[in-house]
Amino acid sequence: MSEHESSSDPSSLSRRGFLKGIGVGTAATGLITAVKPLAEAAGNDPSLLGPGEIPVTLAVNGQSRKLNVEPRVTLLDALRNRLDVTGPKKVCDRGTCGACTVLVDGNPIYSCSMLAVEAEGRAITTVEGLGTPDRLNAVQKAFVDHDAQQCGFCTPGFVTAATAYVRKHPNAGTDEICRGLGGNLCRCGTYAGMLLAVADAAKAKGGV
Amino acid sequence: MATSQWPDAAQRSLLGTRISRVDGPLKTTGAAKYSYDQNRPGMLWAKVVSSPHAKAEVSGIDTSAAEALKGVKAVWKDDLKEVQYAGQIVAAVAAETEEIAVEAANLIKVDYKPVEHVVKDTDPELSKERPSKREAGKVEEALAKADIVHSGHYGLPVITHCCLEPHGQVMELREGELYVWPSTQNVSGYADRVLGETVEVPQNKIHVDCQHMGGGFGSKFGVDKWGTINAILAKQTGRPVKLMLDRDLELMIAGNRPSAFASIKVGAMKDGTVTAVDTEVWGTGGSGGFNAPPVPYVFTKIPNTRIVGKGIRTNRGGQRAWRAPNHPQGCFLTMSALADVAAALKMDELEFFQKNVAQTDRAEVYTEELKIAADLIGYKAKAHLRGAGAAGPVKRGLGISMHTWGGRGHPSECDVTINPDGSVEARLGSQDLGVGTRTSVGIVVAETLGLPLAAVRVQLGKNEYSKSGASGGSTTIGGIATSSRLAATAALNEVMAKAAGQLGVAADALEARDGNIRVTADPTKKIAWKNACSLLGANAVTKRGVCVPGDAEKEKMISQGVGGVQIADVSVDVETGVVTLNEMVAVQDCGLVINLKTAESQVYGALIMGITYALYEEAVYDLRTGRMLNADMEFYRLAGIRDVGQLKVHMMTGKGYDDRGVIGLGEPPVISPGGAIANAVANAAGVRVPNLPLTPDRVLAALSQKGAMA
Repeated sequence: MSEHESSSDPSSLSRRGFLKGIGVGTAATGLITAVKPLAEAAGNDPSLLGPGEIPVTLAVNGQSRKLNVEPRVTLLDALRNRLDVTGPKKVCDRGTCGACTVLVDGNPIYSCSMLAVEAEGRAITTVEGLGTPDRLNAVQKAFVDHDAQQCGFCTPGFVTAATAYVRKHPNAGTDEICRGLGGNLCRCGTYAGMLLAVADAAKAKGGV
Repeated sequence: MATSQWPDAAQRSLLGTRISRVDGPLKTTGAAKYSYDQNRPGMLWAKVVSSPHAKAEVSGIDTSAAEALKGVKAVWKDDLKEVQYAGQIVAAVAAETEEIAVEAANLIKVDYKPVEHVVKDTDPELSKERPSKREAGKVEEALAKADIVHSGHYGLPVITHCCLEPHGQVMELREGELYVWPSTQNVSGYADRVLGETVEVPQNKIHVDCQHMGGGFGSKFGVDKWGTINAILAKQTGRPVKLMLDRDLELMIAGNRPSAFASIKVGAMKDGTVTAVDTEVWGTGGSGGFNAPPVPYVFTKIPNTRIVGKGIRTNRGGQRAWRAPNHPQGCFLTMSALADVAAALKMDELEFFQKNVAQTDRAEVYTEELKIAADLIGYKAKAHLRGAGAAGPVKRGLGISMHTWGGRGHPSECDVTINPDGSVEARLGSQDLGVGTRTSVGIVVAETLGLPLAAVRVQLGKNEYSKSGASGGSTTIGGIATSSRLAATAALNEVMAKAAGQLGVAADALEARDGNIRVTADPTKKIAWKNACSLLGANAVTKRGVCVPGDAEKEKMISQGVGGVQIADVSVDVETGVVTLNEMVAVQDCGLVINLKTAESQVYGALIMGITYALYEEAVYDLRTGRMLNADMEFYRLAGIRDVGQLKVHMMTGKGYDDRGVIGLGEPPVISPGGAIANAVANAAGVRVPNLPLTPDRVLAALSQKGAMA
């Protein structure tokens, strides 16, 4: 499940390709349905985890956070429900909409589609780690300037995906930006502002 | 004395300019806490159990296994005997973790006996209700006299609201008081009698708090069943409980826009003048009712019209208001039929709509808007008669649509406090759905007091503040702009009364500008705002402004009735059936604009939401099982950033518009995209694709029909 690091540039992949690349989508549900056999086997195989809670340490926004979670808990639910890191949003909960996007070792991933236990030992950055209301990063500032949000529920995911994209593609043009943000969905319809915002942020090279 | 009339253009410093929303930094950094984000100490997670059957008798609900699961703290079950739609909630659990709650919900056994259901909504014969009928003039006679009579069938399916933050709330019952963090469009009106009585808490001990909410679009006004269940679980456990709907239920039961299918006959003269429209329309509001959408729409002065409406009650989740209820349906049906008449007459669509503009309520506005929209999209250079575009498999075409809406402000009360240190606070029980309400209140108060926006703190989202209306029907901006203007003016006058003595002039000789209270006739005679406020002594001044819509309309602070024109430019690949949006323009009036930036955002957003329902959205139901097949975001498609093309927005402002006062904007621009895009597709492909969404299969089917007819 960590093969996605081997893909040289995940942000250039389509949503489907990206999902396929990290082998998610079925993994989480697969584990839930496999709870019983796991439980029976766990006694014999020390490499199997659970089904009860196990201690996990997550590096979130530069802080080491200890928590106990069942192995079936997604990174998204661990962040939101256990650590009160609620920037990443739960919307589709199956790797479609991108509202839960976080950076894992600098790469954008859908945190609804990664298990918390898999994220151990990796650097997790959520939208909260990119900037604060008083110190916005270039993408966040550009989102505010271009009013690239309405209800704002998709905004953290877009800001996170856009930040990762702009870091890798500082000279991105409109078509490329559209591609970079193709894995996120907005319901209010803020794409016009987003496009201008990300183009602005792309110009502010290295500022994110 | 300051007056509450809106200032003239030359006197405005903030009103109508482009101002970034004040909560933007909170939203872009994840600091904005939505209902879904509330994590209370000791909080439990709730999950609901819902019916897999579209209609079934329920003989028993066994919750024993769920209750026995470790970590489960409360179980609720309904005593209902029958379920009426798939997704109907029958039981719920609250547990220590979300995972345990999911597991427990799965352990609840419900004995269903499925019975015959109806989910089909495309056949008027399925209607069991008495048809509605409206008639004006002499339809048969006019059709007989018409030079041309066009008959067509058109339709739009049920779509869902698909709010990104699902419906739901967190509730906590502590020491006899109920604390609720709901995702709601109705902060002041949320705590209703039923909610209180359910858990025996009087309404004056229910505290509602909604600072940010993740989309409603007309679907989030009430407590709903999930709210009632949440209150019961909170009472049973004595702990805070979070109950948010999962995505599948959000799409199935938390909001459906009714479908509309119609058979329409239009009579017209050779010069394009439409003389008669005869409509039979049917559709479903699911388990809720059905009202015939307005046809003919916008062209309401067509003298001879008849419309028969037939509601089909189906075993689907109930309908809810969806941005401009019934207007997108009436608009799509009307604009499609009218454009087909233009095509049959071999008349240019723009010329045809201009010809009939006198049959609207707002001929002058529409005439101006049609011209601006045509110029913006380069109509003259691109237009061609239906199907007469360039050769090759990718055909390009333009389509026009027009719409209207009321948008009169709702009742609203706002308190404005000016403190002796000069700080200012506005408080009102309104809500910010993401349209920038918080910012608009700040702009109005700051403008009134002659202060920068940052000097005003705006507090909303709590029912402890003065009552403000629910945000529906584009009524918020008129209501809150009026109440905050009146409150700020009244409070300012208290400060001016003190300043007048200091400056040795009468209070009515003063104005508040640029951070000063100054003499209007001699601006060098002034007191800085802070110093003027210090004259209040120890006591802050608080004044309440009340928007009584009828009075506010008389005072020209608000009004109602807007017109909008949209033109779409699409490409249709006649080999694959794929429709591509190249460009779309929206020209819209909404009276006096408070914040041009967020107003434009509303229109851009409406265009995108409209493109989405025109091209992609449909709640697909399986006729055999009665279940929604695409209750997720993979197959219930929303437009992505690559799907929307180039968008242009033009707001009608200035003389003749500003002086109408403030009018709502949320609904109007979302009405036309279906009609404009469908007409553009017809213009490009040379054939009407009669049903939304304009998916490749529908486009290809229409093209093959055309081949068969030829």
